Amino acid sequence: MNSIQPVILWTDALIFALLAAVLALVWLIRRQEHLLAPWRVVAQRPMAMGSALVLGVFVVIGLLDSLHYRERLADSPADAPQYSVEVLSLFDALLSELRARPEKTYSAPLAMHLYAKEFVERDGATVRDYPRLQFGGAHLQHADARLPDIARRTLDGAMQGALAGLLLFAGLAGWQARRRQMTPGGWLATWSRGDLDWPGRTVVLVVAGMLMLTGVIVQLASGYHVLGTDKVGQDVLYISLKSIRTGLVIGTLTTLVTLPLAIGFGIAAGYFRGWVDDVIQYIYTVLNSIPGVLLIAAAVLIVQVYIESNPEQFDTAAARADIRLLALCLIMGVTSWTGLARLLRGESLKLRTLDYVEAARAFGVSNTRIISRHIFPNVFHLVLIAIVLDFSGLVLAEAVLSYVGVGVDPSMYSWGNMINGARLELAREPVVWWQLGAAFAFMFTLVLAANLFADSVRDAFDPRLGGRR
Amino acid sequence: MKPLFEVRDLVTGFGPVRVVDGVSFRVAAGETYALLGESGCGKSITALSLMRLLPDGGRVVSGSVQLGETDVLALPERDMRRVRGGQMAMIFQEPMLALNPVIKVGEQIGEALALHQGLAGQAARDAARGLLDAVGVPDAVRRLDSYPFELSGGLRQRMMIAMALAGRPQLLIADEPTTALDVTIQAQVLDVLRRLKAEQRMGMLLITHDLGVVAENADRVGVMYAGELVEEGMRDAFFSAPQHPYSRMLFEALPHTGDGGRLTTIPGQVPKLDGATRGCRFAPRCPFAIARCRAESPDWQELNDQRVRCHLAGALPARQERELTAHSVKQAGQQLLQVDGLKVHFPIRRGLIQRTVGHVRAVDGVSLDIQAGRTLALVGESGCGKTTVGKALLRLIEPTAGSIVLGGERITAKHASILRRQAQMVFQDPFSSLNPRMRVADILLEGMDALNVGAGSDRRDAVARLLHQVGLPDDAGGRYPHAFSGGQRQRIAIARALAVSPQLVICDEPTSALDVSVQAQILNLLKDLQDNLGLAYLFITHNLAVVDYLAHEVAVMYLGRIVEHGAATDVLRAPRHPYTQALVSAVPRIEPHDGAGIIRLAGDQPSPLNPPDGCHFNPRCPYASEVCRKTYPEQTELRNGHWVRCHWVAGQGFSAGRVD
Repeated sequence: MNSIQPVILWTDALIFALLAAVLALVWLIRRQEHLLAPWRVVAQRPMAMGSALVLGVFVVIGLLDSLHYRERLADSPADAPQYSVEVLSLFDALLSELRARPEKTYSAPLAMHLYAKEFVERDGATVRDYPRLQFGGAHLQHADARLPDIARRTLDGAMQGALAGLLLFAGLAGWQARRRQMTPGGWLATWSRGDLDWPGRTVVLVVAGMLMLTGVIVQLASGYHVLGTDKVGQDVLYISLKSIRTGLVIGTLTTLVTLPLAIGFGIAAGYFRGWVDDVIQYIYTVLNSIPGVLLIAAAVLIVQVYIESNPEQFDTAAARADIRLLALCLIMGVTSWTGLARLLRGESLKLRTLDYVEAARAFGVSNTRIISRHIFPNVFHLVLIAIVLDFSGLVLAEAVLSYVGVGVDPSMYSWGNMINGARLELAREPVVWWQLGAAFAFMFTLVLAANLFADSVRDAFDPRLGGRR
Repeated sequence: MKPLFEVRDLVTGFGPVRVVDGVSFRVAAGETYALLGESGCGKSITALSLMRLLPDGGRVVSGSVQLGETDVLALPERDMRRVRGGQMAMIFQEPMLALNPVIKVGEQIGEALALHQGLAGQAARDAARGLLDAVGVPDAVRRLDSYPFELSGGLRQRMMIAMALAGRPQLLIADEPTTALDVTIQAQVLDVLRRLKAEQRMGMLLITHDLGVVAENADRVGVMYAGELVEEGMRDAFFSAPQHPYSRMLFEALPHTGDGGRLTTIPGQVPKLDGATRGCRFAPRCPFAIARCRAESPDWQELNDQRVRCHLAGALPARQERELTAHSVKQAGQQLLQVDGLKVHFPIRRGLIQRTVGHVRAVDGVSLDIQAGRTLALVGESGCGKTTVGKALLRLIEPTAGSIVLGGERITAKHASILRRQAQMVFQDPFSSLNPRMRVADILLEGMDALNVGAGSDRRDAVARLLHQVGLPDDAGGRYPHAFSGGQRQRIAIARALAVSPQLVICDEPTSALDVSVQAQILNLLKDLQDNLGLAYLFITHNLAVVDYLAHEVAVMYLGRIVEHGAATDVLRAPRHPYTQALVSAVPRIEPHDGAGIIRLAGDQPSPLNPPDGCHFNPRCPYASEVCRKTYPEQTELRNGHWVRCHWVAGQGFSAGRVD
């Protein structure tokens, strides 16, 4: 008898399909020397590996947050189980502590009192004061104990993180030393000189840093709201972490929509030229001349109307929000393929005149085969670079669209919604800054990591930079 | 005599790689010193080291460069800018890349004048005009206001020379100044350089890979190999008796006129310069190498006027004259390809609705025959339409008019697959003709798969056979093209064409991107394949020496039409058309010859968009008369199927008759 019912939302399915595709691609690349070589270059760069690790953490959180389920209601009969309408994810289960500790309204990061004064009963008299939080700092008797407690927890967390890091490092050193048949001391010496064929020092330091940060956050989170609470008293750290999935979905699924359009149209226009080129150029000129926000707003509204007129198709609120997210990805994909298509058209125009394409035509090789064997593999690096570069742009675009009100469903956790929610509170005195700050910090970290990684990828694939790096 | 310019023990490194390793030479005023070598031997890097213009990562490690009293390498960058252009100037290989396309050439020359002579305004303009006159640019005043794209390659190179002269340099470094130009234009530019050097008593450092250019221009010659100077001597001594085995083999690799024998090839490749090299760098490829060569790097040996770095200096066996075997006179086989009245016109479209406003007549009525097992060379300068003919034959470009009969069957768009089985193409640039993302075996299989040649299971064996046929190792099939050198890549391209067992191979300048020694290998291979497989070649080239070596028949093209056609010996030995005569005489030769009788063509080839009235050649022809400006000449039959289209020849008493 299951106590949970798995739920597969549309975006979940697509995310895991994408994951499978990426794994397949990795497998393919591993077998092709010319594709593998630039990735080796990427793997040797400290900056690339550091940012890849940060990105990896985001991706893992996003993936954990994409395994959805519904809990069985405790009082439902065993033969006809009934499930909660609330769709949870594996990540929620891990963070149940954070999720299930609502306060009444705003509270500042690491506070033990609410941010607004209320009438509270004290010693039989009603006074107007900042009430204590229900969970944040609830274990403390007195306000004076707060700072020492925070310092102790921070120190504990850092120590635990550092200890975990050291253990991992020792394990790594032992394993590497055995693999390379050296003494662990010898391997450590090579490591500290930076003489490995991968950026060992950077990787170890970044992992240790992230472990320490995690330790501190875990320690603090068990007693406080680390990033405060929002208007309805929800933990901002939790919201920020949940928003990661939304950002990743927007960044990746949109690319998934973009790619076939851009590759298909771009290569076709460049390779066939003539009327095909004319038609495709007209399409993307027209598409480019309509403001993207207008198209997106129209599409999102249409989907909203569809959801409301067909409520029977969506059994949970999560499914409704999810379909709107998917629609947003689709329409953003449809409006953003033109740049890459133009790039690929130019490149195909150049490639089609090259002698090896002429040689293939001299053999009477069919157009589809020429495109798939001669053109596509030679523009693939452009596609790859475009994917990585577009990703950060799309994450930011989501925030802007949600702020404008045509983005994801208001009930969905996203950085854009966080900013939108924080907008009015910025005028408050004293200002409520943590919501905006948290969204900014998370988005900044993700986009910076993605951009640094993209930079390295582009450099590695750029033949002109070739030998010197 | 104190030399104008002296380089001592120059070492230039890129990281640990010593690209130039201990080069010393001197150039006197009024002297031309030629630095000769194949690609990758470090001659361009030497020039850039002298100018201190090395690309990123390059560094002069040691050595001294003395220009007059100045130590060039010790100057601060500020003073160096004064030396560059002012005391030594450089001319680059690609005139199109060396001129800024959005600035008028007059201003570009003016910039150099302002910098080095402090001229401005009208004075600068006058000086610029004087420079253009000096380099022989016609209509100099108007040309000053042209943009680089409005000028032809030869004019652009003259502009570069004018700019280099603006600072009145004492030393002119010319890095392959004519490699990108056609022979007739090359002859013009080299004339200009020779004259200027004599007039202004400049020293000139001429960097080239072309023995012919060296023979006609240099006073002294230095041969570079793998970053080292291996031989140095006066021109005449060097050309009559080259001492280093490498120089000798370079000579022997050149196709000579009237020579049908095999060319000498240099086995192996230029060694990589990264490792610590022991012994003579040429030893692994040298047929005379002894144990000492591999252990000990040779020092300079003086021999009369020459210096050479070889342990065997003076002790090498005398050069053998290659025996002159005549072309294998195979009797003309059956007719393989007949082309009649082939025309390729490219429409020029303008305006919103893409109205056709004119045609570029790239190929304008070309008729050719090729017999099985024979070679027809199609010769002409760039832009004359010879490559377009090759592509139109394979229907890579759809011909506008004309009929193509291949192996007795008329080829139309419908049965193009017959054509593709029987005719294939080898391209000029072995680097762009192989897909870098495909393995060699897949490249070779592509044609067989597309045309369904043989059973699928036999194809793998066919690949191994093809690789063997073109002299590549068996494991080559599993590797990617970047693992191969230029010559090996060209072998792969040849194997790809042979994969479908064609009878006709169209070779589009297959050796022009290759070094002399590699060119010899490819020419030998092509010849062997012809002997063994009975292939017919349509050999498209501008290199007359190669034509002489390989072709049975020659057709000379000018502006989309064939102007002279006949057996190779007739056309090259006794050319009749004034254009062919000029072409043949413009080729720089290494044999000693008097300068007389060299015909210098004026001007450039006109645009095929708007060919001159009458005979297309009349504006450049020394013999042009009234009739040449009015009507296009008919074919004039000479003997043995040798014909020309020229009023002047026709007027010399041969019976002019229409042959259509």
